[in-house]
Amino acid sequence: MSSLDPVPGDWQRVSPKYVVVDLLGILVSAILFTVGATVPFAITREPAWLIAPAAVLLLHVLIAAFTPRRVRALGYRLRDDDLVFRKGIMFLRVVAVPYGRMQLVDINRGPIARGFGLSELKLVTAAATSHITIPGLPEADAETLRDRLVELAESRRAGL
Amino acid sequence: MTLPEPQDGAASEQPVATATGLADGEWHRLHPLTPLLRGGLGFVAVIGIIIANLRERLVEWFLPGLACPPGQDCGQDDPLGNLVESGYALIGVLVLLGILLLCVAAFYVSWRMHTFRITDEVVEVRSGVLFRTHRKARLDRIQGVAIARPLFARLFGTAKLEVEVAGQDANVPLAYLGNAASDALRVDILRRASGARGVPAADTASGPASGSLIDRRVSELLAPELDPSLAPPESVVRMHPGRLIGSTVLSGTTLGFLILLAVAITGLVLAIGGSGALIWTLFTVIPIAFGLASYQVNRVLKFLRYSIAATPDGVRIGYGLLSTRNETVPPGRIHSVAVSQSIFWRPADWWTIRVNRASRQTSSDGQSAQQSTIVLPVGSRDDVFRVLALLLPGLGADGVDARELLERGLAGSGPDADFTTSPRRAAVVRWFSWRRNGFALLPGAVLLRRGAIWRELAIVPTPRVQSVAIEQGPIYRGLRLAHVHVHTVAGPISPALGALDAKDAEGFFRDAAVAAVAAAGTDTSHRWRSSES
Repeated sequence: MSSLDPVPGDWQRVSPKYVVVDLLGILVSAILFTVGATVPFAITREPAWLIAPAAVLLLHVLIAAFTPRRVRALGYRLRDDDLVFRKGIMFLRVVAVPYGRMQLVDINRGPIARGFGLSELKLVTAAATSHITIPGLPEADAETLRDRLVELAESRRAGL
Repeated sequence: MTLPEPQDGAASEQPVATATGLADGEWHRLHPLTPLLRGGLGFVAVIGIIIANLRERLVEWFLPGLACPPGQDCGQDDPLGNLVESGYALIGVLVLLGILLLCVAAFYVSWRMHTFRITDEVVEVRSGVLFRTHRKARLDRIQGVAIARPLFARLFGTAKLEVEVAGQDANVPLAYLGNAASDALRVDILRRASGARGVPAADTASGPASGSLIDRRVSELLAPELDPSLAPPESVVRMHPGRLIGSTVLSGTTLGFLILLAVAITGLVLAIGGSGALIWTLFTVIPIAFGLASYQVNRVLKFLRYSIAATPDGVRIGYGLLSTRNETVPPGRIHSVAVSQSIFWRPADWWTIRVNRASRQTSSDGQSAQQSTIVLPVGSRDDVFRVLALLLPGLGADGVDARELLERGLAGSGPDADFTTSPRRAAVVRWFSWRRNGFALLPGAVLLRRGAIWRELAIVPTPRVQSVAIEQGPIYRGLRLAHVHVHTVAGPISPALGALDAKDAEGFFRDAAVAAVAAAGTDTSHRWRSSES
């Protein structure tokens, strides 16, 4: 049972530090949602309602457990004419965007990621469905990549 | 920063001869009746209120003794009567005159300030008095030109021209222009956008008809929606009234309603004793029936005069009985096409065609936004082939028999030389359609065929592909299957195909990605006639 690999070869990986960023994000979400899920218990004092926060917590633990693998599965590659991006282990997705189709290249820095010196690169085409977000790039790399992509897009610009 | 666009130098050096004087690069004004037409509804409402208030008095003026039998005191209750009674008649008249003058002045100033110009590169509109707006659209980025004639504007012989560009509500409207001027301006705009050089082939405006103003209005109202001189008659596809009504009756919504009705009646018969059930049924079923009926009647009226035809500058789609609208879509502006057939339409072999386009409308009336994605509301298989030949003229090239291939795409099943279909094990997730579910990768287009009950064939021209994706979830992994997606601009069609063999899907992903890059590099449709002399 082999998983998909439409373009065999080496992928550029994102920074391993992104695992920590992602885990911190999951921790914040786990605290918020678990507290939220205890509201029915706090009102009714019915022990059966404790299932809700327990389930939420378990879900977050599961997500957190897979984080290192999920981050390792993120990859991108600059080919001659297009950028290929892959993500996911359970739900695998591979997208190829021709350079000439890029309308916009965005760099975002979240509060946690900034603490680790990481950035997120976002590509936008005319199709809303081809969204690509590459998280966990070191700031310098993200900027080099953006400049490179813009340069490639300029040299291969096409209409819509 | 200037974009490295292939510029058409020759066109800017020597001015292109134009069919009207409107596209000469100078600022022009709109039709003088514009303020009246734009505020049309409000104007009618104000007159209606005045008439309603003075109804008694008007009747009395014109038919003395009828509305007011002698010996009875009347005409004192309406505002005018009160005004005369209180002795403020003069002031009232002056105030009214002042308001009228102010309105006329405001309308005049707004009309004076509302100007447009069309140069070789851009179309620009300036409007507004206090809040100025200035909208500019590049001609080589035009997605289409639409001419709308709402009933009210049509009565005055005017039309609204919309230059459609990519994006949400990014159109440049020119409302309103004279009928002849708008038709000629469309030809001019498309001609400049096409990158064609030289003089226009022929003046399509056949000159104003002789006769009085009334005669001209009547002949314009009665004229066929599609000017016969505009397109070669063999390319024209028209609507068959019986087919339109039949397809509307056989639509999913109507049949769904009939099922609801049957359930309601059964419920009534079963619960015959309780009158509460009757009231409940009346209150739910009757409003739904009225809503549905008006929607369906609207659809029939809208598409009764539908026509689609090839003009030199793109496909022209026209429809509307009272308020008409036609859109001209230049080549290369169709981002994907879907031909579909519901199970109810299969006995009659009717099909509908929708498209994804880069220009979208949400404002003013949501209905026109929805309609502009429907290219063929209903048509026979023959109509489908003719419309597809208009929309995707390149499909028949490269030695492929387009008609035979599309025939297989519409109704065929099983793998063949062009179509790669799902393997047998995909029957777990595609119970009925696994034999049919497949794709074909042609030099000019990607064909995705799916659905055994609700048949659909999605066609994406490769120069319009934005990106390609392949996906696989845990269940598909176990079955060694995969999804493929071809991304195009947003619209009613999302070209994607599931339940493909993982190896086939990987091959599709690789080939489609290469084809998309190659096609985008050689595509010249943004200046579709620049290669002509």
